[in-house]
Amino acid sequence: MSTGEGKGMDRRGFLRLAGLGALSAAAVPAGWDLLKPGAALAAGAGAPVAGRRYAMVVDARTGCPDGCRDCIGACNTTHNIPTFADEPDPRRHELKWIWQTSFHSAFPGNEQEFAREDLESKQVTVLCNHCQNPPCVRVCPTKATYQRPDGIVMMDFHRCIGCRFCMAGCPYGSRSFNWRDPWPRNAATGEPAKLPNPEYPTRMRGVVEKCTFCSERLDRGLQPACVEACKEKLLVFGDLHDAGSGVRALLKEHYTIRRKANLGTQPQVYYVIGA
Amino acid sequence: MLEKALSGSTRYRAWVGGLLLVILVGVGFYVRQFNEGLGITGMSRDVTWGFYIAQFTFLVGVAASAVMLVIPYYLHHYKAFGKITILGEFLAIGAVTMCLLFILADLGQPMRAMNVILHPTPNSVLFWDMVVLNGYLFLNLLVGWTTLTAEKKGLPSPKWIKPFIYLSVPWAVSIHTVTAFLYAGLPGRGFWLTAVMAPRFLTSAFAAGPALLILLALLVRKLTKFDPGKEQIQTLGTIVAYALPLNLFLLACEVFTVFYSNIPDHKLHFQYLYFGLHGHNALVPWMWTSVALAVGAVVLLVNPGTRRNETLLAWACGMTFVATWIDKGLGMISGGFVPNPLEEITEYWPTLPEALIALGIWAIGALIVTVLYKVAVAVREQELA
Repeated sequence: MSTGEGKGMDRRGFLRLAGLGALSAAAVPAGWDLLKPGAALAAGAGAPVAGRRYAMVVDARTGCPDGCRDCIGACNTTHNIPTFADEPDPRRHELKWIWQTSFHSAFPGNEQEFAREDLESKQVTVLCNHCQNPPCVRVCPTKATYQRPDGIVMMDFHRCIGCRFCMAGCPYGSRSFNWRDPWPRNAATGEPAKLPNPEYPTRMRGVVEKCTFCSERLDRGLQPACVEACKEKLLVFGDLHDAGSGVRALLKEHYTIRRKANLGTQPQVYYVIGA
Repeated sequence: MLEKALSGSTRYRAWVGGLLLVILVGVGFYVRQFNEGLGITGMSRDVTWGFYIAQFTFLVGVAASAVMLVIPYYLHHYKAFGKITILGEFLAIGAVTMCLLFILADLGQPMRAMNVILHPTPNSVLFWDMVVLNGYLFLNLLVGWTTLTAEKKGLPSPKWIKPFIYLSVPWAVSIHTVTAFLYAGLPGRGFWLTAVMAPRFLTSAFAAGPALLILLALLVRKLTKFDPGKEQIQTLGTIVAYALPLNLFLLACEVFTVFYSNIPDHKLHFQYLYFGLHGHNALVPWMWTSVALAVGAVVLLVNPGTRRNETLLAWACGMTFVATWIDKGLGMISGGFVPNPLEEITEYWPTLPEALIALGIWAIGALIVTVLYKVAVAVREQELA
């Protein structure tokens, strides 16, 4: 199924490129993610670009080095994501944008009795899939969750009423809710806690949040923080409509799978599983 | 007419005072939740809806059941129900108000609730739920108050109210159908992804609502000079006797589809609820209690001998109410979230503050129903005098 869609995508991407003329096709010979997407984006003054479709390929063949949490750490720091380590059960209120889970949890229903042994023990990096057909956007009663023209599924902290319908709607458990104050004030001084990244706006309790593919970084010409932080280059981010992009190269070269592709949500995070 | 609620016996005042106390406790804990966030509840990243939304879902059914009085009376001219239709409509007002309060209590940012109206989003079922719930509240207030005012003056109801009464029939169906669609249209939630969700909601509503109404009617007869009537109570009993077995039949349909198809992610939720999954079994005793109570109630209800005995009928109604409450107020919501879409298990149980806030909202509903029933009964007693 993913190959069939891939073909449609290629054709569409090709027609678009043809329409834009040889310029864009020629200007990105070996993948625009090497050139930094911002070079092209800067001209757009940070606006999402229609015609692009951002996607990520997770190369899960070798798996992450033992104990490496670089992508998660970078994401947490960039977006001021608290950990609630002081709580008796830190898992209950936790906020996760990108995390690692078992192969079984990442791809329920895909397990096979006599499959490669390492698959069962493998940890897979998961994040919001930025579905082309996102159920969370469909169910949101206030448009606090919306989709940009470039496919990124965004969250407006200030619009969200905290009904958590989107969390029921998301079939990937990719959304988190602020059950309590993310950065409580110091009880003695009343001062708000110092944020790891003062440039990123913090959120308040009672709102839902999620991975945004680092839209704020893309708009400044940077790669997503997780992609930048991965020393092994196991995360590749780019524009599917750009035939020369790194994501397209990986999709062309490998058989990839997507999480719960049968649900029709069209996830835009692709996984290279086998060698 | 409301002034009739201000005076009453010592017992009445003690009851109202007791309710106000429970409400006060609930409000106190709500203030804490407002200041600290929903973290004081038992909900988590995996189980994102809990007791509040479950109570809302159950009470939508109680509200919708008023239609079981309106249809026979206005559409089939079953005159006997003329005496008690107002009790159904006033119960609906109390129930819908509780529904709206439970939704409000569940919001992370309640001050922004108006965003649903300021940014109307027709693709969200929640938007439509807001429309139908508020519409139904308005319809019942209008119809109930207008017919009772006319009755107080000894006049027939004005003609212009008829279209609103007829409109309330499909509207009652819509509140529970739309509420079912909140759940039934979500990908990746195997437990809720069933086309019989809306029918099952309606059958359980038409069992639970009339069952509660029978208990209230018996109470009204005991405490006041107004007798809702033996025939009326028996007819309501017949309605429960049809609705409850239908509800169990639809449950059986789900069990067949889920287990015969053998699709794991649909089976897991049923396994969790009724047998426990990987050692997690918080709801197992509850779910079997629900089944046992429902089956017991069916035996008492379908058997004409036991149904005609008002004491046994009262027992059957109590069992029906508790059975459907467990099914929707505990199992329906938790069961949909456990296991989560990644097939990980986080169990849910309400915390004390959460339970007390819920109890406070139930008390608000009970207070509304008490006050409205007091008014309705006072008008009836005035007729008798």
